[in-house]
Amino acid sequence: MFLEKYTDKLNTDMVQILTPEGVLDENLRPKEFTDEIVLELYKKMVFCRMCSDRALKMQRSGRMGTFTSVEGQEALQIATEFAIKKQDWVVPAFRELAVMWAHGVPMENIYQYWIGNEMGSRPPQGVHVLPVSIPVGSQMLHGVGLSWAAKLQGKDEIAVNYFGDGATSEGDFHEAMNFAGVFKTPTIFICQNNQFAISTPRAIQTASKTIAQKALGYGFPGVLVDGNDLFAMYAVTKEAEQRARKGDGPTLIEAYTYRFGDHSSSDDATKYREKSEVEAWRPKDPMKRLQVYLGKKGLWNEKIEEDMRAKFQVEVDAITEKAIAMPVQTVDEIFDYTYAELPPALAEQKAYLKTMLAKKAALRPQAEGEPQRATAIKEEGGTNG
Amino acid sequence: MANQALTLVASLNLALKQEMAKDKTVVLYGEDVGFEGGVFRVTEGLQKLYGKDRCFDVPLAEAGIIGTAIGMAINGMKPVVEMQFDGFFMEGVPQMVDHASRMRNRSRGAFSVPMVVRMPFAGGIKALEHHSESMEAFFGHIPGLKVVVPSTPFDAKGMMISAIRDPDPVIFLEPKRLYRAFKQEVPEEEYFVPLGKASLIQDGTDVTLFAYGSMVRECQKAAIEAQKMGISCMVVDLRSISPLDRDAILYAAEKTGRVVIAQEAARTFGTAAEISMIIYEHLYGKLKTPVERVTGFDIAMPLLKGEDMYLVDSFRILEGIKKVMGKA
Repeated sequence: MFLEKYTDKLNTDMVQILTPEGVLDENLRPKEFTDEIVLELYKKMVFCRMCSDRALKMQRSGRMGTFTSVEGQEALQIATEFAIKKQDWVVPAFRELAVMWAHGVPMENIYQYWIGNEMGSRPPQGVHVLPVSIPVGSQMLHGVGLSWAAKLQGKDEIAVNYFGDGATSEGDFHEAMNFAGVFKTPTIFICQNNQFAISTPRAIQTASKTIAQKALGYGFPGVLVDGNDLFAMYAVTKEAEQRARKGDGPTLIEAYTYRFGDHSSSDDATKYREKSEVEAWRPKDPMKRLQVYLGKKGLWNEKIEEDMRAKFQVEVDAITEKAIAMPVQTVDEIFDYTYAELPPALAEQKAYLKTMLAKKAALRPQAEGEPQRATAIKEEGGTNG
Repeated sequence: MANQALTLVASLNLALKQEMAKDKTVVLYGEDVGFEGGVFRVTEGLQKLYGKDRCFDVPLAEAGIIGTAIGMAINGMKPVVEMQFDGFFMEGVPQMVDHASRMRNRSRGAFSVPMVVRMPFAGGIKALEHHSESMEAFFGHIPGLKVVVPSTPFDAKGMMISAIRDPDPVIFLEPKRLYRAFKQEVPEEEYFVPLGKASLIQDGTDVTLFAYGSMVRECQKAAIEAQKMGISCMVVDLRSISPLDRDAILYAAEKTGRVVIAQEAARTFGTAAEISMIIYEHLYGKLKTPVERVTGFDIAMPLLKGEDMYLVDSFRILEGIKKVMGKA
């Protein structure tokens, strides 16, 4: 219903079902969204924001490398993941902690990746989540290929590409959209328009009124959706999912949202963004409207929130400890996955490195006991979301 | 089954045809590869034989071709994609370097990219700009890629079958001036030419010539001329740029103690430089003369009227041979 209504013309209307004030358009409520489900999804969002906040703290205290916070984009990631099936492919960029976790990557693996070990990008068997992709916009073609292969092999799988507003300027975005349109691949493009590519505002990425309308040029629907509205993001993605499964081809969804945090832990957004702008977005936080909505149903209040967070805090602590305790890469690991079979010259380089490291270690006075290992951070009190 | 005398193009076509028959996950795509069978006709007739879902044309976009092939390969297919010309591959190289080559490592073995990127390679047919490029050293520098170059119809079929069955991404460079240059007996049945193994084209005692692609033929011609002067040349076809067959390089270099390497690509940081260094590291003091590189120049490949000046030919190789023999 949304695809038809919103894509015929260069429409700038935005699909919204739950307003920032917590008012629901009952007519548009997805039938799957019982109170229990909404609460469940809200909890996932809270958990992911806490995990994201913790990761930032770990970075600040030197226990993690550069990290990109998901704060503000939880609703769209949790909602879109809820709209697809387990066998479907999630193709992330690098700000997709929530959807990666929701689709089956353990949080400690996500931490392990950001701590700096590739092993964190090896998902459990059967979890269809590609690793984090750093070159902006380059991963969407993989999603098209994954879903195209599924179509050619008659597999019931679709692929969901996640990317930002900056990615739409890359040539690979164009090629991915074009291939998807021509071959009607079962692909969903989720553009998380969070208004910034590091410091570059959305207006500098494109002159088109919306990103959604770009889909028209490729011959398939594009819909602008309130990315902070769990209900709307689910409803539209579900429709796109069904369209893909039926063989009708791809859909572009522009999730209109805001990056509350810095681009990454190496960035300082206060240098290029007015505080007032961020403050103006705060009331539109995807969490807030759900709190109002659930509050009216008697499913949320400050106490419930506190208890929920206290419980998650224990989980996040445990995940943190687990991630920090994970071993770092071995020499074998950094060499052995370059090819299926190690070529002789590489085997020699590996042996050389082992010899050198052993020599170096022999020169160093041996520390007593365990090798240095950072201990998990325990926070005083709860984090705030 | 009988052998047939085939050109390199026909041999590749046979390999693709047979692999597609054996394995339904093998798909061929690229610009004009479907209906037309490719501008050099390597995929001719395959769409008719296997249908539009197995051999097809796609939008004119190299990154799109390679990027989608990565996704296909991760999800159970064996894409064999064509770059219409070597120079156009540059549009798709980021996908190859940033993703195809790294996916196995990045995911610690969870996802791999068994795909083949084929393309007509190097000069010699007096084509337009960007149609005669030799960038094998650049690709050979990228961890996670395999880079191979057949120089005969027999090797072309055996190497293509190996490339398709290979679990890693393979860049398959087809010397375009050899596409129809000569015919050779090619077995009808399946056989493999292993990737990463050089081939001894002819044995000799005075000088070892290393080459690949169309340079192998030039070396053979130079060897015939050298023979007339009483110089016996060993000719080695490297066949694989990555991985390099180091054992074969060292064996052949040590045997004669004199080395000439022919390389059509620009001279600096080229494959010949790497081979020279391998020889230097392992055979220091054992060579009778310094290694001689006969290469292209550090300039853009000239347009057609200037191509012959640029190309390495048997004359320049023979001069190299004479130099290492002290007869220049």
